[in-house]
Amino acid sequence: MPTPTADSNFVESSPLRKGVRRAEPLVWLSAGSVLVSMALLIALVGLLALRALPHFWPAPLLLIQSDDQGPTAQLGESLDARSSLGGAEDLLLHRGGEDLFGSPLVWIDERRVRDRTTPLDAIALDRDSLGPVFGFLVGVESHGERRDLTAQSVAQQVNLVRVLSLASEDGPSTVLTREATLATSFQVRLASGRVISIPATEVRNVYAPNAMTTMEKVGHFFSEVGRFLGESPSRSNVQGGVFPAIVGTVTLVLLMTILVSPLGVLAAIFLQEYAQRGPITRIVRIAVNNLAGVPSIVYGVFGLGFFVYAVGGSLDAIFYADTLPAPTLGAPGMLWAALTMALLTLPVVIVSTEEGLARVPSVLREGSLALGATRAESLWRVVIPAASPAVLTGLILAIARATGEVAPLLLVGVAKYAPGLPVSGEYPFLHLDRQFMHLGFYIYDLGFQSPHLETAEGLVYATALLLVTIVLLLNLAAVMLRGRLREAFKAEET
Amino acid sequence: MKTHSIDVRALKRAPNARDASNICLEVEDLNLHYLRSQNVALHDISLSIPRQRVTAFIGPSGCGKSSLLRCFNRMNELIEGSVFRGKVRLDGEDIYAPGVDVATLRRRVGMVFQTPNPFPKSIYENVAFGLRIQGVNKKRVLDEEIEKALRLAALWDEVKDRLESNALTLSGGQQQRLVIARAIAVQPEVLLLDEPASALDPISTLRIEELIYELKTRYTIVIVTHNMQQAARVSDMTAFMNLGRLVEFGETDTLFTNPRESQTEDYITGRYG
Repeated sequence: MPTPTADSNFVESSPLRKGVRRAEPLVWLSAGSVLVSMALLIALVGLLALRALPHFWPAPLLLIQSDDQGPTAQLGESLDARSSLGGAEDLLLHRGGEDLFGSPLVWIDERRVRDRTTPLDAIALDRDSLGPVFGFLVGVESHGERRDLTAQSVAQQVNLVRVLSLASEDGPSTVLTREATLATSFQVRLASGRVISIPATEVRNVYAPNAMTTMEKVGHFFSEVGRFLGESPSRSNVQGGVFPAIVGTVTLVLLMTILVSPLGVLAAIFLQEYAQRGPITRIVRIAVNNLAGVPSIVYGVFGLGFFVYAVGGSLDAIFYADTLPAPTLGAPGMLWAALTMALLTLPVVIVSTEEGLARVPSVLREGSLALGATRAESLWRVVIPAASPAVLTGLILAIARATGEVAPLLLVGVAKYAPGLPVSGEYPFLHLDRQFMHLGFYIYDLGFQSPHLETAEGLVYATALLLVTIVLLLNLAAVMLRGRLREAFKAEET
Repeated sequence: MKTHSIDVRALKRAPNARDASNICLEVEDLNLHYLRSQNVALHDISLSIPRQRVTAFIGPSGCGKSSLLRCFNRMNELIEGSVFRGKVRLDGEDIYAPGVDVATLRRRVGMVFQTPNPFPKSIYENVAFGLRIQGVNKKRVLDEEIEKALRLAALWDEVKDRLESNALTLSGGQQQRLVIARAIAVQPEVLLLDEPASALDPISTLRIEELIYELKTRYTIVIVTHNMQQAARVSDMTAFMNLGRLVEFGETDTLFTNPRESQTEDYITGRYG
């Protein structure tokens, strides 16, 4: 055992400079910890961005001729490579055409590849319900009339498909009627030589990645990002955008904030200002602190059992008895999810508000009381405003926790696909009884439940990046608000 | 200064202020002790504080002078476990009688603390605070009252162009005068000053003392100070306290020049304290 007496003697007798020198390893350690945290954060965001952004960039279409089980030709986007038993590489090709090939993914043995090219006239056609098709445009059929397109350049082909399928809805040349589109279909030759017909109404987007200039690729990238942010998902979420999930996530967090702030602040005021200091108060405080450590899925179970079944069920029995047994409020939905989240984040808000209240100088309270203010008036007019930055700190932590939490939502209201948004232009504007989509759940669903994970991987990363960005934005808003409040109530610094 | 001469004459007209109508605060057998904290207890204190005079409480640190002051607006009750016995009469009414509204009492008995404690609000809102609590919210009335209070506190000329700026941007001395303005805006009868200049520089202290001199024509002022020169300068009556007891109470001139008690003499001649 080291001699503590000698050590403490040393500290006491040493002048300031020695103390600083002794502290230096601590400085290095603490600075190192900050560095590690920052590096982890940057690595996290960097990895997400690195894996997410290529998803929107048009990948080149590879035409691969191989002798695998007889001569075959495949056209598609290269996704992944792995070492096979023989030491050579296997190539994973996304060849699209879910309905045509059975699986859109195929492994190709590199040793059997005879030729690999990126043909300039290869086009990618995104379809609404069946995913992409990669091939070559050979003709267009309109009102039973066929026209051969093989002589045209690929740019002309793409333009034609866009015009005919209304894929470019804002183009000035869009004079065709809906009927014309309905009667049009495109003939596409696959790599195998087979020609298939795709109705124009099915076409969502068309592009020729191998013939694109860099500027066109950048344009494609941004339009894909726009679709991702602004559109609804399709094809069981592996295609399209995440707009409903963004709306669901943000609505949930805002609703949760509205519910948790008054509850948490009032509870903290009671504990700090009114409750007698004693064993009971101490036990309550310990209980509140420990609530923060309860696993979130437990809150989910509680939310389902209490809010959904008990509260919602009883409300149904009172107000919607005629529609029973079909539940109206007794089913998972936005309101119950927001309440569960509010409960989950309550301890954080209580603890930080209490700390803020305790830090308000007692001379301020006394000054207010001495002017004839009652206790409640002093609290409302002086103490709470002075503690408001701390309240916001609690809310920031609560928002950060609630945005990322998925587990309890699984039980109390999240849906893989919700037909209606939780907010809309129609009465009553906020649909609290509706189930909703959530970015966190979307990630889970896409990453673990989608039929062909490899094609959805980019989307998973992109959604994760988006979720992190939303957390940052919500926090940033709260931090800025807190900064302004601190400016207004400088008392804390004095 | 003109005002000074007026006050000196006023003082000479009623030098003793002994008759009952001129007693503002009357303390009778006041006892105070604390169950949980180490604050000084007060024992058997009786004294009468004359109206519209400055009464100073002096004594060594921890003698209970601030505790006594806080009994006059029942601020002592904010400390958990304080036990009060005795009577304090404001204009003949017992302020500790059941049914007395503490908030109303505190409006009649204003208080200024040792450290300036303006609220983190604008200068205007600080002075308006007490009025707003009483339900005065008309801008015209507020403007008028605030100007009056700030003029009385000799702060108007310094802040009239920046009433909306944060009170915490003022200097320490200005803050203390603002707090005084805040207290007199609600038009109290008594002003309790708990070492109002102890955190201030000499020039600010001088200004506060001048202010006290001018305010005593309107208010009964009780000031706690550990600075004997200050007590001698500003007060008409002085009480010397030690170890929770009132040792001597009398006219300032008499107490400082010809104290009855040897303890008082020891203290004012600097033998301890």
